[in-house]
Amino acid sequence: MTHIMGYRRPNGEIGIRNHLLIIPTVICSNQVSSRIMQMVPDTVAIPHQHGCSQIGADKDRTFDVLAGTGRNPNVGGVIIVSLGCEVVDPQELAEAIRPTGKFVEVIDIQAVGGSVKAIQHGIELAKEMRAKLDQMQPEPVALSELIIGVKCGGSDATSGLASNPALGAAADTLIQHGGGVVIGETTEIIGAEHILASRCSAPETSEKLYHIVDRFEKEVERMGADMRGGNPSPGNIAGGLTTIEEKSLGCISKCGTAPIQGVIEYAEDIPKHGLYFMDSPGNDIECVSGMAAGGAHLVCFTTGRGTPTGSAVIPVIKITGNSRMFERMSDNMDVNVGEMLDGTLSLESAGNRIWEEIVAVASGKLTKSEILGHTEFSINRIGPSL
Amino acid sequence: MTKAIEAGASAIVMDARDHVATAIKDLQAGDHITFMKKDQATELVLLDPIPFGHKVAIEDMPAGTEIRKYGEVIGRTTADIFAGQHVHVHNVEGIRGRGDQANAKQGGTQ
Repeated sequence: MTHIMGYRRPNGEIGIRNHLLIIPTVICSNQVSSRIMQMVPDTVAIPHQHGCSQIGADKDRTFDVLAGTGRNPNVGGVIIVSLGCEVVDPQELAEAIRPTGKFVEVIDIQAVGGSVKAIQHGIELAKEMRAKLDQMQPEPVALSELIIGVKCGGSDATSGLASNPALGAAADTLIQHGGGVVIGETTEIIGAEHILASRCSAPETSEKLYHIVDRFEKEVERMGADMRGGNPSPGNIAGGLTTIEEKSLGCISKCGTAPIQGVIEYAEDIPKHGLYFMDSPGNDIECVSGMAAGGAHLVCFTTGRGTPTGSAVIPVIKITGNSRMFERMSDNMDVNVGEMLDGTLSLESAGNRIWEEIVAVASGKLTKSEILGHTEFSINRIGPSL
Repeated sequence: MTKAIEAGASAIVMDARDHVATAIKDLQAGDHITFMKKDQATELVLLDPIPFGHKVAIEDMPAGTEIRKYGEVIGRTTADIFAGQHVHVHNVEGIRGRGDQANAKQGGTQ
């Protein structure tokens, strides 16, 4: 396999899906956005809780995630649904997406005269845009164009023993082909940051990595909170994980062995080639949404306990090293490397199995989360709202 | 950090420095397990049942020992642990991200 099938966007970027995305600027326009999605096939809306009364860094983060999701190359067209009085400016949002050259339209509920008229207008726009998108044909593209996120969630002891190292082998393969890999979850490298820091290609990168972990840990201390209240989670503990340090040491093997080229902010554009670290929460949906906003084409998601979640704009490939869970949750799981624990599947073969799935999904094969319509979306918050 | 797993193994040790093996089958108290450490097979009798994915001590550790898996510290023992015993949240605690302890040291603010 030397290529994937992608949609070439006007700015030269490659999408592996051709979504029509409906973005509410604010919680108040969620319902209108969802109604438009229900009425026009092959559209996806991203309802969220933000966009009103936010200030400073918190408001910027909402804007950056919405704009980044709109810019994701898997999105071919965007309809922004605004209420009209929110702090996230819909025209600014449209301007942040337009340089990609994709179709962008804005609807203002207050200006058009309420929900019914806004929904009607939205349906008309969506039908027209969808018809244009449906004329586009995917073309063969080099593997070096691909950017994947690596993520784990609902971990158990098999994650660190099997699925994460296997995903790491696949991540190394993509980097050897010239592609990009991003790993996140600052909370979940605590206790293992020294290993990642020793792999940074420049001293400043390793300092930044230590800095973001220290910043997070100080915040936990400032709050007087016990990390153990949420991490490892009750499911992690039932699965055999005892401490955050143990979980972290199992987590980091999913990004393979390449040098870390840089540490980027949550939702910041992910550079195309090599391995990067994104400062993000461990929370599954917030982390995947940040990677999607940063331009990842797909996320490989390892889990031992099992989770159904997907993403609004990028395929999420579910990988497990727990054969019992794979049998139990076959509706939700894409790849099983559980035979590694029986000693009948080598790390190399497990990595190849995941790599083949990445190439197939990047060429159009639907993931289980896509088939089931899992389009989760969530924005990480960092500051006060008024 | 990753190694080949022997076919039919019931527990795996990730690194020569480790104090624990991870069960890759449901194991009962009294079961004999064999694990490889530094390419040497060692046999151990389990003192507790060890569920799939959970850890068993492969050497005796006094309370307060920095305990290792993957060759790295994963926490500290809170009780004396003997080889063959279940190692988990009842006898090991994390060291990192412990705002509760930082707070207690300052006399508490709540």
